[in-house]
This record gives sequence, C-alpha cells and structure tokens, in this order.
Amino acid sequence: MSVSNDREEAPGGAADREQGAAGQPLLSLSDVEKSFPGVKALRGVRFDLRAGEVHALMGENGAGKSTLMKIITGVYQPDSGEMRVSGEPVSVPDPRAAQALGIGIIHQELFLMNHLTAAQNIFIGREPRKGFGLFVDEQQMRADADALFRRMKVDIDPDVEVGTLTVARQQLVEIAKALSFNSRVLIMDEPTSALNETEVEHLFAIIEDLKRQGVGIVYITHKMDEVKRIADRVTVMRDGQYIDTLPAATTDMATIISLMVGRELADSTRAEGRGAEEEVLRVEGLNRGQVIRNVSFSLRRGEILGFAGLMGAGRTEVARAIFGADPIDSGEITIHGRRQAISSPKDAVALGLAYLSEDRKHFGLVTGMSVSDNITMASWRRFTKGRVFMDDARLREASKDYVARLKVKTPSVFQETRLLSGGNQQKVVIAKWLLRDCDILIFDEPTRGIDIGAKAEIYKLLQGLAAQGKSIIVISSELPEVLRLSHRILVMCEGRITGELDGREATQESIMHLATLRPSIAAE
Amino acid sequence: MTDITLEQAGAKKSSLFSTAALQKGVAFVVLIALLAFFSIFTENFAAWNNMVNIMQATAVNGVLGVAVTFVIISGGIDLAVGTMMTLTAVMAGLVLTNLGMPLPVGIAAALASGGVMGLISGSAIAKLKIPPFIATLGMMQISRGLALVFSGAKPIYFNSTPNYKYLSPESSISSLIPGFEVPNGVFIMFGVAIAASIVLNRSLFGRYIFALGSNEEAARLSGVNVDFWKILTYALSGAICGVAGLLISSRLNSAQPALGLGYELDAIAAVVIGGTSLSGGRGTILGTIIGAFIMSVLTNGLRSMGVQEEWKIVVTGVIIMVAVFVDIILRRRA
Repeated sequence: MSVSNDREEAPGGAADREQGAAGQPLLSLSDVEKSFPGVKALRGVRFDLRAGEVHALMGENGAGKSTLMKIITGVYQPDSGEMRVSGEPVSVPDPRAAQALGIGIIHQELFLMNHLTAAQNIFIGREPRKGFGLFVDEQQMRADADALFRRMKVDIDPDVEVGTLTVARQQLVEIAKALSFNSRVLIMDEPTSALNETEVEHLFAIIEDLKRQGVGIVYITHKMDEVKRIADRVTVMRDGQYIDTLPAATTDMATIISLMVGRELADSTRAEGRGAEEEVLRVEGLNRGQVIRNVSFSLRRGEILGFAGLMGAGRTEVARAIFGADPIDSGEITIHGRRQAISSPKDAVALGLAYLSEDRKHFGLVTGMSVSDNITMASWRRFTKGRVFMDDARLREASKDYVARLKVKTPSVFQETRLLSGGNQQKVVIAKWLLRDCDILIFDEPTRGIDIGAKAEIYKLLQGLAAQGKSIIVISSELPEVLRLSHRILVMCEGRITGELDGREATQESIMHLATLRPSIAAE
Repeated sequence: MTDITLEQAGAKKSSLFSTAALQKGVAFVVLIALLAFFSIFTENFAAWNNMVNIMQATAVNGVLGVAVTFVIISGGIDLAVGTMMTLTAVMAGLVLTNLGMPLPVGIAAALASGGVMGLISGSAIAKLKIPPFIATLGMMQISRGLALVFSGAKPIYFNSTPNYKYLSPESSISSLIPGFEVPNGVFIMFGVAIAASIVLNRSLFGRYIFALGSNEEAARLSGVNVDFWKILTYALSGAICGVAGLLISSRLNSAQPALGLGYELDAIAAVVIGGTSLSGGRGTILGTIIGAFIMSVLTNGLRSMGVQEEWKIVVTGVIIMVAVFVDIILRRRA
C-alpha cells in the first residue's frame, strides 16, 4: 500500500484531538480510497483504534463500513491510502496477511463448518501436528481450544459438533477462533443481531474482558443503546466518507443520528400528503413463523408507503410474502378490492405487483444479459411473433423508449447490465416493471449501493411514478429516505408493525422509538 | 458520472469480441489447425472420402452435443443423453421390427420416448428439487436398464424396414448430384443444429433458457414460470436424443441396447470445447458442432497417422482442459 493520493479533503478536525493518546494506535488508516465499477465506495477515509478500547463504527447502509473492514482484513485492496499496525506501515494483500498481523473479524453471518467440532473449526488449516507432521495432534488442539474458551470464561466443549450449538454459542466459537490468531484487533460486524438479551449481556461481558487484556475492538452496529453501553469512541461514516470521531460517553444519540444522515433533512423536500384515493392493496393478518407476526396494512393509489425498521425487523419478509416469493402461514391479500391467493411471483406479477429487491445483482437483474433483455424480461411474452419467435425490432424499440424515459445512462440497449452504475441498474429494474404495466411497486432499499447524486434522481423518479397513480411501498433502512419519500410510514420491529406515522409529522426520533419497541422483551 | 460513461464506452468496444465469440473462434482455429496438421502429415486424410467419414462419425456426437447444450446453458447438466439415445433406438426397434409399424411411427416413437424421459428428469429437477447431476444420473441408469429390459438385452435389427437406412448411412443427395456421397445423417445433424440455433437465439423459449442459466432467481422474481421452462428444456433435450437414437441405429442397422454409456461424456466434452460455460447462461450451438468435429477429426487423424487409437482419448482430455483454461483467461480479461 502506498500513499499516492495526497488530496486535502478530509473533513472535520475531530481526529486531531485523538493524536495525543499514549503511544501509537494499534491500527490506523488514512486517506483510504476505493472504487468499484460505477461507484466510489470510499474517499479519504481515516480510522484508528487503540489497544483496549471499543471503537464503534456507525453509518447508514452503504456508508462504506463493510468496504473499509474488507480493506482492513485484506479482502479488498484499496486504490490508495495507508494502513499502519502499531505505527508500522503494512500491506494486507489477502486475509491470511491480516491474520498474521493479528487482525481478526467476526462476520455478521457465521462462517463455520457445522459438521466439525468446535476445536476443529477454530484450528482449521493450522492444526497442531504430530508424527512428522502427518497427523493432527487432537489432544493438543482440544487443550488449546479449551484454553481459549477458559480465557473467554465460557463453557463450551471443544468436541461438540458446531452445528448443534445455538447461534449465540456458535458466535462464541467464532470469537475464540479470531482470538486464536493472537488477534490484537478484533472486528465485530453487528454481533448482536441474532442474540437475545441474556446472550447480549454475556457477549458484552466477554468484550469487557478482552478490553482489559488489551485487545482493540472495532464494533459495527446500528444500535444506539449498544454504543452507549460498551463503546469508548464512535466514528461516523456517510456516503463513503469519514465524518467525525467522538467520545461515546459524552455524545448523545441525536448528534450521532444527525452525523449519520447529514444533509437533506430539509422539510421542504417532504412528500405531499395524499387525499382519499381508492385502496389498491390490503393485507390482513399476515403471518409467517416468527418473522412475520400478524401484519395488516393498506396501500392507496398514488401513495408512497414507507416501511421503516432495523435490520431483521421483517420488512423484506413481508414484501416477499406478498409477492409470493416465500410461503405464508396465514393472511389475506386483497388487490383492487378482490381477495387473491398469491402462491408464486408469477401470480403476483399477473396481478400488477412488482418487487424490486435490495439485492439487485442476485434477484433483480440478469447482469450477464443486455439492458434490453433485462427491461423486457418480464414482458417477453408480449414481444413475440406467433407466440414463438422473439420480435427483436419491437423489443429494441420498447427498451430504447424506456431508456430514454428513465434517462438510463448506457451506450446502447445492448450493453451488458453488469457494466452499468448502481443507479442506472436500478432504473433498468424499474423500467422492467413499468413495461410490464405493474401498478403496485415494492421497493426494497431502492438506493442501496447508489451514489448520492443518483439517489436524488431515483427519489424524483419514484415521486413522479406516484404522481402518475402508481402505488409504491418503500422499504428503507435510511431514515431520511423514508421521511423524504413517504406519505405514510409503518414501523416494524421483530416481525410486528409497531406503529404508523404520518409522513409529514414523523421524525427520525419517533421512527427510532417505534423501531426499537421490542415486543419480545415486554412479553418475556 | 463522466468517468462511468468513459468506462462503459471502453466496455462496449470489448463486447464486439465477446468471450463466447472469441472462444468459438479459438475452437474454430483449433479445428482448422488440426485439419491442416493431419492433411500435411498423413497421406489419405485430406481425401474427400475421408472427409465424408469424419462427417458421418460426427453426426451422433454432434446431435447429442446439441441436446446437452440446451440443458447446460439453462444452468443444468444431463448425464442421461447417451443412454436415453439407446432407449429411443430400442423403442424404434420395438415399434418397427416387433410390431411391424410403418417408419414414421418408429420415428415418432423414438422422439416421443426421448421427450418423455427428458420430461421426467426435468420434473424431478424442477418440482422435486433434485439436483440435476443426481436426477440425470438416476435417469441414466433408468434408461439404460429399460433399454436392456425392453430389448431382452439383445440387438433389434431393422431388416423388415429397408428404408430405415435412409435415416443415416444412405445418401439421397448423391442421386441429385452424382458423386456427392454425403450421408443423410450428416444433413440431419446440420438440420438439427440449425433448428436448435434458431430456437436458442430467436425464440421466446431460447431467451428463457439463457435467463434461467444466468440468474434463475431473478427470472423467477420477474414472474417467469421457471419450472415450466426448465422441464421443457430437459424434454427438448430428450427428444433430440431421440434423433441421435435414430441416427446411430440406422447406421448400425440395429438398436444395440448395451451401447450408450460414455456418449454423454463425449457430448459434454464437445459442448465444453465449443465454449459453452458449464455454469450456464453462455454458449452456442455452432461451438458445440465445432467441438464435436474436433473430437472426430482427432480420432480419424490419429488413426491415419497410425497412432494407437486410444491416444485420441488422452488428447481429447488435454483439449478439454486447454479449452476451459482459455475460457478462464478470456473471461478474466473481459
């Protein structure tokens, strides 16, 4: 890694305050830049971590937290910037190098081999050997694993098959694994997302213990209360940029939220309220296991209905259930006044429903196919000659028409969609559903992975569609986005709708309050 | 935004030489090089008669390759093409020789039985969610067993249907153009290939096959009836195996129930050499036909050179690896 970019653009001087700390920081990054095709993911990012501290990293989805962590752990290579460990400049060409430097990560999704034991998982790839290196020293491995668990003060049998453990205990195995590299830096990516209250308390106790042992912890989270509980400092990122670093103890939540969302809180951009239009979609008593619990709501013509909530609140699951992509246990769906049984996406599309997934590359687009193919895919049946052969001339005309209408930036309609920027890919997906004559559009994180400039364009597009009489559901984890777009906002927490807010009156605080109204705590 | 536009312009230029087209080009160059090599270093290779032999030898593998190309582009695999071919030949034999039905009924029996077997594999994959490798491995055994059971494990000869030889070894065109002794089977192979190309590139069905292979989940969420098109893909593949069954039994003037194992791997090899991606979503019929020709040119050429014939198998293996390696290099660059 080399410093090739000395452009002076780092905002804020807060980080300067930290320089007086004793000795070198354990880990420090400066001027980190990273681009992906079509997106500038990081620009001028800095970050530092001291021994024995918990440093929370916060920011909206797409702020660049994960990209930064992937650079620290050697998954991605930065375009430019410098990384130092204990003051020494280092390069991290791959994850192995990160491990050698004592940097461990606990991913949000666990990467364990279910059929192996805890000890085998921890030492996979570097098992202690015996007998001229030909055999695994099982005894030694078990003892080492046991020592790690004892250091963490947890009671896990090294011989237990990992797949039989609860998620919380599997996570502890991951932590043990990270520690086994003699990690001095431990990155935790939303470690509490799958844990219950007691398990969270236990995790925090372990974190406190690790702090005392001098381990530095990067703690990525969306939960304000956790930051207050365990973090020493908070760094906020937004749109791929470093914003500020603050002491956790003396900073209030409102400050952090305002740093995370920054710009565009002006009320003037808020959606206009809608009059009494006809109801196009009504959902009653929707249930699916523990993830959707008794969800009911309605959507009117020309309305933008926002769905807010924390990650895992069940918003995407509701959308997929309505769209027929996942089976439901019970619930009634009424479209244009008629009760409908939707058992597959095909049924939903035939009824004029469209679902625009947050994960465009996997669920929204066939990225290896052309812009034209993607725009017309849901409507191919309409573009045939004699129902068998494709009418390529009409296909081309139709896709050109929509490329022009939605201002998709592409050299031609034959361009492979993977080469387009995020914003333009999203427009291609929108075009697909407009061409299919869908009038109920469900957007799941409509601007994820999209540049700021392009975001505004997508917002205008959505508002224009609503004005034309399309009915829109927007699921978003970005509060300003929900506030800016929605006429009405539903907030979910743990599978339930915990409240409804008027789009003009809602605030980030009122949404956050409802989003953390955990019914399970009240129940237990 | 400006830098993105530049980047896209660059990408457009390279798409003129799309990886699929390039790989087809590579396969084609290999074929020409082999032809040139054998023509120079052996005496009889380049003779017209020998060229006809090569074409005749390519017909069955070429048609099976086409069958499996559809399945592979759709993101699946079909290990049963060889044994389904055998079963369809046995069915034709039963209908023509044992029941004494007219030739068109025998042809229909071969195509229909292949289609039904494919339908069953496809349904097992789409509806029962059995992985394609396993489902078609099962179908490979089922069709092999049925071919042996139905035929009593003995060859069925087509002596009561003298016209049967017109399906493959006879040359109808030689009566129009004297001396142009190209067997009918070769024309049937090219006919199947052209029809398959049209289906794949021009039809709604073909468009869905590519979409399935590129991103099945996105296609499903676009409201595409994924199961239906997947089943249809395997059924079409099975019916094309029926054509191969007719070709091989016509050429041997008999349905040989013990034949068939190993043909599926030759067919898949032809597809892979022809540049179709085993991970789906990318591929061409022309590439597969070129791949099939490369394999039969090798067999024929090495034989003309007096090399022990089994070396052909070794060389084919090397070519498969090189072809896929070239594909990886090209894709990395793209």
